[in-house]
Amino acid sequence: MRPDDPSLKRMIPPTLKLHEKFYLPQIVGGLLVTGKHILSASLGKGAITVSYPEDQHVPSANYRGVHRLNKDEQGRVKCVACMLCATACPAHCIDIVGATAPESWSDREKYCESFVIDELRCIYCGMCEEACPVEAIELTGLYDLTGLSREQMIFDKTKLLSVFDLTRDAEPMRYTTPPPKAGPRPTEVEPSGLPGPKA
Amino acid sequence: MSFWALVAILFKIGVVVGITQGAVAYLILVERKIAAWAQDRIGPNRAGPFGLLQPLADGAKMILKEDVVPGYVAKPLFILAPLISIVAAMVGFAVVPFGPVTPMPADPGFFDVLGQFQIAPGVDIGILYILAVGSLGVYGVILAGWASNSKYSFLGGLRSSAQLISYEIPLGMSILGMVMIAGSLDLNTIVNWQDRHVWGIVAQPLGFLLFLISSFAETNRLPFDLPESEQELVGGFHTEYSAMKFGMFFLGEYLHVITVSYLIVILFFGGWDIPYVLTQDQTGLVFALIKAGVLVFKVALVIIFIMWIRWTLPRFRYDTLMELAWKRMIPLSIANLVLTAIVVQIVRSWA
Repeated sequence: MRPDDPSLKRMIPPTLKLHEKFYLPQIVGGLLVTGKHILSASLGKGAITVSYPEDQHVPSANYRGVHRLNKDEQGRVKCVACMLCATACPAHCIDIVGATAPESWSDREKYCESFVIDELRCIYCGMCEEACPVEAIELTGLYDLTGLSREQMIFDKTKLLSVFDLTRDAEPMRYTTPPPKAGPRPTEVEPSGLPGPKA
Repeated sequence: MSFWALVAILFKIGVVVGITQGAVAYLILVERKIAAWAQDRIGPNRAGPFGLLQPLADGAKMILKEDVVPGYVAKPLFILAPLISIVAAMVGFAVVPFGPVTPMPADPGFFDVLGQFQIAPGVDIGILYILAVGSLGVYGVILAGWASNSKYSFLGGLRSSAQLISYEIPLGMSILGMVMIAGSLDLNTIVNWQDRHVWGIVAQPLGFLLFLISSFAETNRLPFDLPESEQELVGGFHTEYSAMKFGMFFLGEYLHVITVSYLIVILFFGGWDIPYVLTQDQTGLVFALIKAGVLVFKVALVIIFIMWIRWTLPRFRYDTLMELAWKRMIPLSIANLVLTAIVVQIVRSWA
């Protein structure tokens, strides 16, 4: 964006009027604001606190909590051990050991023999989810992620799959089909040198 | 003074100390609640019904926490500092009238003393005494900063003591207007004058404002709580203190808040006075209790206002803090003083 861009809006701080320079009217105004909050919260309406163990907090739809490994219709893990998530991960918390898929799995060549996420290192950025070509890894809305030891916080494949079983009904897969393609897929790198959107 | 009068005084001291300490514990709960409400939270509500046992939990935590004394501190001074802080805050209560005070008989008995809602009634220089012992708290601050043997604490101690000393000046000057009008340093006389004429806030609006602001600074309340600003200045003179020794600084600060609130009410809001309802002619135990209740109620309102301010105004920067004291409040308080002196002189010469 250029500095003379007409769409730029310059923010000029308002100059204080005389009565504002005395501060006291402004302080009274501020007191009214906090007073309103104190009144509304003390009367039990304004408070936004959730009494946690009794009331469960419902995170927003795009909240990123514990990972899960999705299963397909036949109950197999969806992961094809392509390593894209492990590569995309900025915290290097994903460790995948790939193996050749069994003969009966006609849809892929490889699957993940072991899939370990160190939840202590994870920063819950959701890049793995973005990178996965088969929607195998997904971040759920589960936020009460606790453990009594560091070892408990390293989630293996079994545990990640059990998270799927746990959240299967509560959170049906957000992308059961590949997301709709927006426009034609660019085949070439754009002239500006920036890579085009990945569909 | 008879033996029983002495017993009565000791009893009163015990009651005042006990009640104020208990009040501090619950004021902390009130403060936490108000803090929560101002931020749209609920606040502590788990310990006991409505969180009413929270002060006990807080106290237990203070006592049971490990009391760390770092190896590099000057140990005697390190331990002495919070004691000075809390004692300086506590002895001020000796002359605070918690209710109405009537003239004492020459040889007071047990019930004469007990009927006075003040530990030391009839001290002619009451305000001066409160200011004097209140400012002793600076020694605690400086000593804590020095004895901690840490740069943060030392600079924090210097910063806080400079602030406390600077705001002593407008604090004392803003009272003088009221003192001149009432013609006495005795808190009871001042309350009685307000009962006969008008409340101090009407007679001395500017003095009230200056006193309010400088008392915020004196008690280290926001927006003047640079001594403890833990976010931007990495704490202050009590960085090295933990557990109950830190609690004592905290307690001392809260006792200061109570003293200052009493002063505000007594000097500017008529003390126990309600115009046309309660007058100084009404004596006897019933009226005394009612008046004490009125006074405590007003004090509670002032304390809640102080807490309300805390969640409204942001903290001062250090240079603006000093500028406010030396360039704004001290000249204003001098002007207020001179004006009041002129007016009082003119009125007296007419009368």
